[in-house]
Amino acid sequence: MADDAKGGGGLSFKPMDQFQVKPLFGDYGDPIHWYTITNVTLWLGLAILAVIALMVLTTSKRDVVPGRGQSIAELMYGFVYKMVEDVTGKDGIKYFPYIMTLFMFILCANFLGLIPMSFTTTSHIAVTAILGFGVFFAVTILGFVKNGASFLGLFWVSSAPLPLRPVLAIIEIISYFVRPVSHSIRLAGNMMAGHAVLKVFAGFAQVAAIAPVAIIGVMAIYGLEVLVSAIQAYVFTILTCVYLKDALHPHH
Amino acid sequence: MADTPNAAGEAAAPGMPQLDVSTFENQIFWLLIALLAIYFVLSRVALPRIAGILAERQGTITNDIAAAEDLKAKALDAEAAYDKALADARAEAQRISGETKAAIQADLDVAIEKADAEIAAKAAESEKAIAEIRAGAQEAIKEVAKDTAKEIVAHLGGKADARSITAAVTSRMKG
Repeated sequence: MADDAKGGGGLSFKPMDQFQVKPLFGDYGDPIHWYTITNVTLWLGLAILAVIALMVLTTSKRDVVPGRGQSIAELMYGFVYKMVEDVTGKDGIKYFPYIMTLFMFILCANFLGLIPMSFTTTSHIAVTAILGFGVFFAVTILGFVKNGASFLGLFWVSSAPLPLRPVLAIIEIISYFVRPVSHSIRLAGNMMAGHAVLKVFAGFAQVAAIAPVAIIGVMAIYGLEVLVSAIQAYVFTILTCVYLKDALHPHH
Repeated sequence: MADTPNAAGEAAAPGMPQLDVSTFENQIFWLLIALLAIYFVLSRVALPRIAGILAERQGTITNDIAAAEDLKAKALDAEAAYDKALADARAEAQRISGETKAAIQADLDVAIEKADAEIAAKAAESEKAIAEIRAGAQEAIKEVAKDTAKEIVAHLGGKADARSITAAVTSRMKG
C-alpha cells in the first residue's frame, strides 16, 4: 500500500500481496495474535466445510448405486485407501484416517486457493512445515515404538558391500533429516510460485498492448495450477505413505 | 497505515509474507484446529460411512451373483428336464411306430400267407385239371392208336388180336 504512493502511474506488480496474513475484522497492520481471526482462519474454515461437503454431505443417502457426489467421495476414499495399502502394506491400513486427513486438507486447501481473490493456506511455509514435520516426527516415533533400536537398520544398508556401509549410512541419515524440509517446501513452493506467476501475468494485463497475451498466459498457468494442486496433494500423500512404510518395515 | 509501522506490516512489505514470523503462531494455531476438525469429521463420520457403503455394495453384488448363479442352475435343470422329455417323447414315438410297424407286418404276413395258400390251392387245382386233361388226351390217343393199328392190320390182311395191339400201343407210347 505504501507502493501506491511511490509507484505513481507505472505498472504495479504486487505478486506477493495475495499471501499476506490479515485480520479478518480490523485493518491490515493490526497486531496478529495467535488467537486473532484472520484470513487464514477463514480459508481453513472453508477447507473444513469443503471436506464436509465433499465427504459427508454427498454420502448422506448411502446409495448402493452412487450418484455423482457420492461417486467422487468413494473415488477419493478408494484412491487414498489403495495408495496406503499398496505402499505400506496391510499393517499400514490403520493409519489410513490420518493420511486421508492430510490428503483431503491439502487437496481442498489447494483448490480453494485457486478461487480468484482467495488466500492459499498451503502456500505458507508455516502451514506446510507443520504438516511435513508432523509427519516426520510421527513416523520417526512410530518407527522406534514399533521396531525399537532396529529402526536404525533403516540407515544401515545391509545389501551394500561392508566398506561402503558407513558412507551410505551418513548419506541415508542426511537424506532422512532433509525429508521434512523437502516435504514441506515442495508443497509451499509449488503453491506460492504458481500463484505468484498468475499475479505477474495479471499485472501485465494492465498494459493494453500485451493484455491478450497476458490473459491467455493467465488461463494457461491457471490450467497448470489446477494440475499442480491435485498433483501436490497426491505427492505429499504418497511420500507420507513411503515414510510410513519405512517406519513399519525399516529393513530394505 | 504506512505511517504506523508494525512488525507484521513492515516485515512483510519488502519480501515474502511467508517469512513473516509474527504470523506463524496464528497460522499454526488455526491449522491445528482445522486438521483436528477434518480428522474428526473423516474418522467419525465420513470414512466409516463410505466403508459401510462399499461393504454393502460388495454384499449386494455377491448376493446378486449368487442369485444369478441360482437362476442359471435352475435354467440348466429346466433344459435337462426339457431334453429328457424330448428324448422320452422320441422313444415313445419310436416304440409306437415300431408296434404299428409290427402290427402291419403281422397283418401283411397273414394276408400274404392267405394269398399264398389261395394261390397254391388254385395252382393245385389247375395242375389237377391239366393232369386230367393230359390223362384224357392220352387215353384218347391210345384209343385212336389202337383203332388205327387195328384198321391198318385189318387192311393188311391180318387179324388183329386186340390184346397184342393194346400191349404194342402201350409200349410204344411209353417209349
